[in-house]
Amino acid sequence: MCIDCGCSTQAQPDQHQHEPRTVRIEEDLLAKNNRLAVGNRQLFAAKQLLVLNLVSSPGSGKTSILERTLTDLQGELNFSVLEGDQQTANDADRIAATGVPVKQINTGAGCHLDAHMVGHGIESFNLVETDILMIENVGNLVCPASFDLGEDHKVAVLSITEGEDKPLKYPLMFQAADLMLINKIDLLPHLDFDLEQCKAFARQVNPQIQIIEMSCHSGAGMQQWYDWLVQEANRKRN
Amino acid sequence: MFTKGCALHELSLTQNIVDLAIEHAAREEAKKILSITLEIGALSGVVAEAVEFAFDICSTGTLAEGADLKIRHIIGKGRCLDCHKEAAIKTLTHVCPHCGSLALETVQGQEMKFTEMEID
Repeated sequence: MCIDCGCSTQAQPDQHQHEPRTVRIEEDLLAKNNRLAVGNRQLFAAKQLLVLNLVSSPGSGKTSILERTLTDLQGELNFSVLEGDQQTANDADRIAATGVPVKQINTGAGCHLDAHMVGHGIESFNLVETDILMIENVGNLVCPASFDLGEDHKVAVLSITEGEDKPLKYPLMFQAADLMLINKIDLLPHLDFDLEQCKAFARQVNPQIQIIEMSCHSGAGMQQWYDWLVQEANRKRN
Repeated sequence: MFTKGCALHELSLTQNIVDLAIEHAAREEAKKILSITLEIGALSGVVAEAVEFAFDICSTGTLAEGADLKIRHIIGKGRCLDCHKEAAIKTLTHVCPHCGSLALETVQGQEMKFTEMEID
C-alpha cells in the first residue's frame, strides 16, 4: 500500500493519479463569519433597522447606558436588545425591567459574539416594529474588534476610571469603532484623567472617530448621544 | 505566550481555516492536505504562534492533520492623512516619520488570509 493515498503498489504506475497539487484559496480567515454578517446586514437593511454593536472593557457602563437610554427614549424609538456575556442573565434581567424586548446570549468560554450567534439571537424579535437593535458585546477590548456582526456601527465605550491610554493599548477596537462614548465624566473632579489626551489618543488610532463625553449617572452628554441615535436611525429608514 | 482570551480568539479563527481546508479538499477529492499557507499582517491582531498551537488541536483526526502550516508575515504600512506619504508601521499608533502627524491610515498589515494549500 502506498502510504500517501492507500492505493495498491501492485497497480500500474499510471493509475497513481493524485500528484501533489496546489489549490488557490485566497479567502479571509474570517470568511465564514463575514458571510453570515453580510446575511445579517441584508436582513437589517430590509427591515430598515439601525444596528449598533456596543464594545468595551468589563465595567465601563454599557448596560447602565442602555438602561437609561431605553427609559429616556421610550415612546420615541423602539428598541430590541441582544446581551452577550460569558455567563449569567443578569444584564438581560436589567434590560427586561425597562420593558424592552431582550435576549441573553451566553458564550460560555467564548470571548466575543459572532455573526452566527446574532443571526439566531434575533429570531424572537419583531424586527419590523424595531427602530434600533442594540447588541451589547462581551466585555473585552480584544476579540470583538475582529468579528463583524452585520452592525452599522461599533460604538466603543470607555469609562474614565480605566485611564486615558486605552485607545493606544487596544488600538484595533478603537480603529474599528465609528463612535466613542467617554462615560462616567461626573467623576472627572475626583480622578487624574486627562480628557483631551484621551481624545487625542483615540484620534491617533482612528482620525475619523466621533466622540461624545457623557455620564449616564448624572445625565451629562446623554442628549448628544440621543441626537446621534435619532439621526442614525432616520438615515437607516431613508 | 498568549493570554487565554487571545488563544480563544485564534482558536475560532483556526477552526475556520481547518473547515475551509477540508471543504476545498473534499471538492478536489484529495486524500491528504500537505500544506496550508496563510498571510498574517503585523497589525491584524492575530498572534501567529497561537494559530500554530491551535492548528494542531483543530486538525487532529482530519485530512489536515500533520499538514505543514506556512505563515507569511506581512509588514504594516500606513499613509499619512496630512502629508500623504507612506511609511512602514509596526503598530496602529505610529507617528508619521515624514511630518510628525498622528493621523496615519493603515494601508497594509491587517491581512488574515488563507492563500493556498497543497493537496495530494
